[in-house]
Amino acid sequence: MKKRYSAFAIAREAMRNHLGWERAWASPIPKAKYDAIIIGAGGHGLATAYYLGKNHGIRNVAILEKGWLGGGNTGRNTTIIRSNYLQDPSAAIYEKSRSLYETLSQDLNYNIMYSPRGVMMLAQTHHEVRGYQRTAYANALQGVKTEFISPRRVKELCPIMNIDGPRYPVLGALWQDRAGTARHDAVAWGYARACSDMGMDIIQQCEVTAIRREGGRVVGVDTTKGAIDCNKLGIVVAGHSGVLADMAGFRLPIESVALQALVSEPIKPCMDVVVMANTVHGYMSQSDKGEMVIGGGADGYNNYTQRGSFHHIEETVRALVETFPMIARLKMLRQWGGIVDMTGDRSPILSKTPVENVFINCGWGTGGFKAIPGSGWGFAELMATGHSPLTAEFGLERFREGRFVDESVAAGVAH
Amino acid sequence: MLTLHCPYCGIDADETELAPGGEAHLRRFGPGSSDDDFESYLFARENPKGVHFERWRHAYGCGKWFHAARCTATLEVFGTYPAQTTEPPQDIRDAISAKRPGWTWRTFA
Repeated sequence: MKKRYSAFAIAREAMRNHLGWERAWASPIPKAKYDAIIIGAGGHGLATAYYLGKNHGIRNVAILEKGWLGGGNTGRNTTIIRSNYLQDPSAAIYEKSRSLYETLSQDLNYNIMYSPRGVMMLAQTHHEVRGYQRTAYANALQGVKTEFISPRRVKELCPIMNIDGPRYPVLGALWQDRAGTARHDAVAWGYARACSDMGMDIIQQCEVTAIRREGGRVVGVDTTKGAIDCNKLGIVVAGHSGVLADMAGFRLPIESVALQALVSEPIKPCMDVVVMANTVHGYMSQSDKGEMVIGGGADGYNNYTQRGSFHHIEETVRALVETFPMIARLKMLRQWGGIVDMTGDRSPILSKTPVENVFINCGWGTGGFKAIPGSGWGFAELMATGHSPLTAEFGLERFREGRFVDESVAAGVAH
Repeated sequence: MLTLHCPYCGIDADETELAPGGEAHLRRFGPGSSDDDFESYLFARENPKGVHFERWRHAYGCGKWFHAARCTATLEVFGTYPAQTTEPPQDIRDAISAKRPGWTWRTFA
């Protein structure tokens, strides 16, 4: 059992030159067989393993990671957490996720710095006004607290915003005051520490090269660290879902594209909410370090390179300078890309697959970070029991059956 | 920035002139086809890390659709060719084989 993190622990370590801190998770060599293997030690994979152990008592689990823990999209997003979705299945899983985030620091004994600072999605066309009013009514029925607010309230909440833009004046906003941000790396690290504490094996630098099947069911995987057997396999690899599905012998309704983000130099606190502007397409928040964190659009073509096209950055920054004139002379510090797995209806896939005991959790597209705890909760239940009310509508068969969870129409943009 | 040669007007077009059109050489399965074929045609997509064939449109140029062979792992372009074909022409396949020996994509190689 690991020593708990606490104010007392900080004081204790301060007295002895910080020599007593333990490694947060172990780096074991893989065993020959596990009850369950999760491929992908990002937020979703680690959360799945954590709830397999915590909620379902399945602790003989390995989490295999090709690179380093949390080094994919978990460490590349803009850390926004919200649950103001239109469709009922989406609202259910994202709100479950948001509510788990609220107490995740206590649950994991790891400070994930959840900051419920509020998220506003600007309505800058009359179409958007109607769309967000509809979403606000839908959220009221779903038990998700959101409201449609006036331009004046927008200005009060975010004084640095220019709401009288000549081309797209702000006509209102969908406001969720319990939404916010969290420290993305800490989410992965916190889950990893808790998984390791339960006796699970997190194996980094271990790429899966083949999925072994016998009689239509999975028996194990081949990896760069040797063959490992398993009873159940969960594929949670975001952008590389298509590659893993190909190894398992089935196809997915998914294409992988690059999504970019960037941060500015740090400046004094000037903005304590998250603002998303979907018509002009940019979103921004201020990190605790003072950097303005900016997210933009995804490329329209398949790409695995974790870098995107420069003109998307130009478009995003142009839109945000119109909306926030004071950032016009900010210098940008870093820019990066992540590979996101896009489904046709812009909703995720949490599903059984054509291969028995292989489960897949993918398709979170451009909005997976906010869903990590809820996704792990539901996917663990699906893997352990074969059914979860949270994931029931997100099966692979929904495409064949025409039961889309159509958030692309609801939002009008990728999100 | 991605640059593709338009096989119609002969221009090396920047990405900002082009509109991506998704997977190339889809075979249409309409009413009367099996559920599997229809689902596969509508939703399932090739998503390789490596050689890939796509449709593009020279939207802010001559306006015509064409095909491109690219590598999604390196963004290298192997070549472009006109849209009036149901499979990649031999010279494009040879160009890919020269750089990615043993490549396959759907039933092509």
